[in-house]
Amino acid sequence: MSAGIGGGLAESPRGRFLALAPAMLVIGIFMLIPLMIMLAISLMEPNVYGGVHRQFSPDAYVQFLFQRDFDDNLVFNPGYLYILGRSLGLAGSATLICFLLGFPVAWYIVRRPAHQRNLLIFLVTIPFWTNLLIRAYAWIIILGRGGVIDTPLHWLGLMGPDASISVLYTNWAILIGLVYTYLPLMILPIYASLERLDFRLFEAAADLYSSKWASMRHVVVPLALPGIFAGVILVFVPALGDFISAQLLGGSRRLMLGNLVQLQFSTARNWPFGAAVAVILLIFVLASMLAYLRLNRKTGLELSK
Amino acid sequence: MSTITTDTNAAPQTGITARAGRRALQLGEFRGLTLWVGGVFAFLYFPICVLILYSFNESRFAMNWTGFSTEWYGRALGNRAARSAALNSLIVATCATIMATTIATAAALVLARARQFRGKSAAMGLMALPILVPEIVTAIATLIFFSTLGIRLGLGNLIIAHTVFCIPFAFLPIRARLQGMDGALEQAARDLYATPWESFRLVTLPLLAPGIMAGAMLAFVISLDDFIISLMVADAGSTTLPVYIYSMIRFGVTPEINALSTMLFAVSVSLVSLYWLFSRPRR
Repeated sequence: MSAGIGGGLAESPRGRFLALAPAMLVIGIFMLIPLMIMLAISLMEPNVYGGVHRQFSPDAYVQFLFQRDFDDNLVFNPGYLYILGRSLGLAGSATLICFLLGFPVAWYIVRRPAHQRNLLIFLVTIPFWTNLLIRAYAWIIILGRGGVIDTPLHWLGLMGPDASISVLYTNWAILIGLVYTYLPLMILPIYASLERLDFRLFEAAADLYSSKWASMRHVVVPLALPGIFAGVILVFVPALGDFISAQLLGGSRRLMLGNLVQLQFSTARNWPFGAAVAVILLIFVLASMLAYLRLNRKTGLELSK
Repeated sequence: MSTITTDTNAAPQTGITARAGRRALQLGEFRGLTLWVGGVFAFLYFPICVLILYSFNESRFAMNWTGFSTEWYGRALGNRAARSAALNSLIVATCATIMATTIATAAALVLARARQFRGKSAAMGLMALPILVPEIVTAIATLIFFSTLGIRLGLGNLIIAHTVFCIPFAFLPIRARLQGMDGALEQAARDLYATPWESFRLVTLPLLAPGIMAGAMLAFVISLDDFIISLMVADAGSTTLPVYIYSMIRFGVTPEINALSTMLFAVSVSLVSLYWLFSRPRR
């Protein structure tokens, strides 16, 4: 296995160090350190013109839950919790819908002949590689007032000429955007785990008079769990931190956490609060990752028993 | 190639259909499944079709179809701001791709081949960090970093930021290629007195080339399409194409945006198709 510079690099500590150093340095300096600075900033006092005073203050996190009234008393303010709730709710619903739409697709593709499978998987990934912004923009044309959905309804006389289905700038529009954006990320890992499944088990279940749906539930789904979990985490995590769907399809009043963060660094100019919201978002991302790792280990153990 | 090698190469690809007979496949058929899958594909492609169709719309209001016209492509191509934004995008994507792919190749040679060493999982974790952290968080962390340290390099800032998040995307296909590669040829080269450098240049690199190309394509598309990080990090003079398109969308929906978007879409799809050809396992 060890041969050439590839092998030499891998085996000698000095070679390993030299080859790994650029990657570690670039990501360390320009990603890890900025994240640390962001954490530090979230614990400082804001400066009116953007930037911060270098003074410790937990205010940014307090602001997430409380508001100061005229007498400088802290009053509970659920406004930002709503935004957190909306983000969790939309990301969760998008994940569920992606699973319901995506699992049958993976099941269908995996049972095609090899050359068709490759092509179908390629077709699933194409929309994913197109620009996020363009994808959201296309939905504006479809859902917007006088858009692709409104127009035929007008022609058919099902709706008055000035009426609109009014889906754009609602939570539904954000949800459609999220599902559309992340659906391929659900299909691909489920497909990968179904491909490794021994299909004879499904046949055996049928021979033992199991109905198709029962075999699906008790044989296929449990064996595909690692792929399902991977799909869930791959959809949920980026959907939770999504910015574009809510920005373009949700209008200006339906924020998700990502938009709240961005707002603090553009118009609101409150860096510590923006950094604090980013830290809160990161905590939820980390918690989902940890839950995923635990679940994966648990099912791995159960399957190997 | 002997038939035996071809067979063993083909075996993992045929998957389910090889192991299960026709009967098992038929058992897996559910009523309405084809319809469901067709619906999902329609959902995936409908917006793209609408986008492309409306870029040929004659009317200046994107949502109102009046007739076929290629006028908006002319407008988009003649738009100086769009052209300079596209040029910025190309410069940033090219520089970031070259740096990220080089860095990722070196890292992959170690991480795909070395046996367990101290710090290996930490190194793998660091490699995955740019994918794990939500993009908006990366964007503001980078913004804070650059502005706190007063780093103002114009496009340079963007190139650095793009390089960082392109590294894992370049890394994954290169590592996959290395893991599937046979070490015996390199061993043979060494046995025939090739120096480590010669065996790397003449054996490892040519074998690894499709993986490197695939990684570079992926990095290029990811950089070209990036919006959030560019929006936060770029200063006024270094707008990229997606950021420019965003500023146009805020002023309303016009077919010119569709024309620009369709062209960007065409570039991404061509690159991804190339990536697909490079990364497919050889028969």
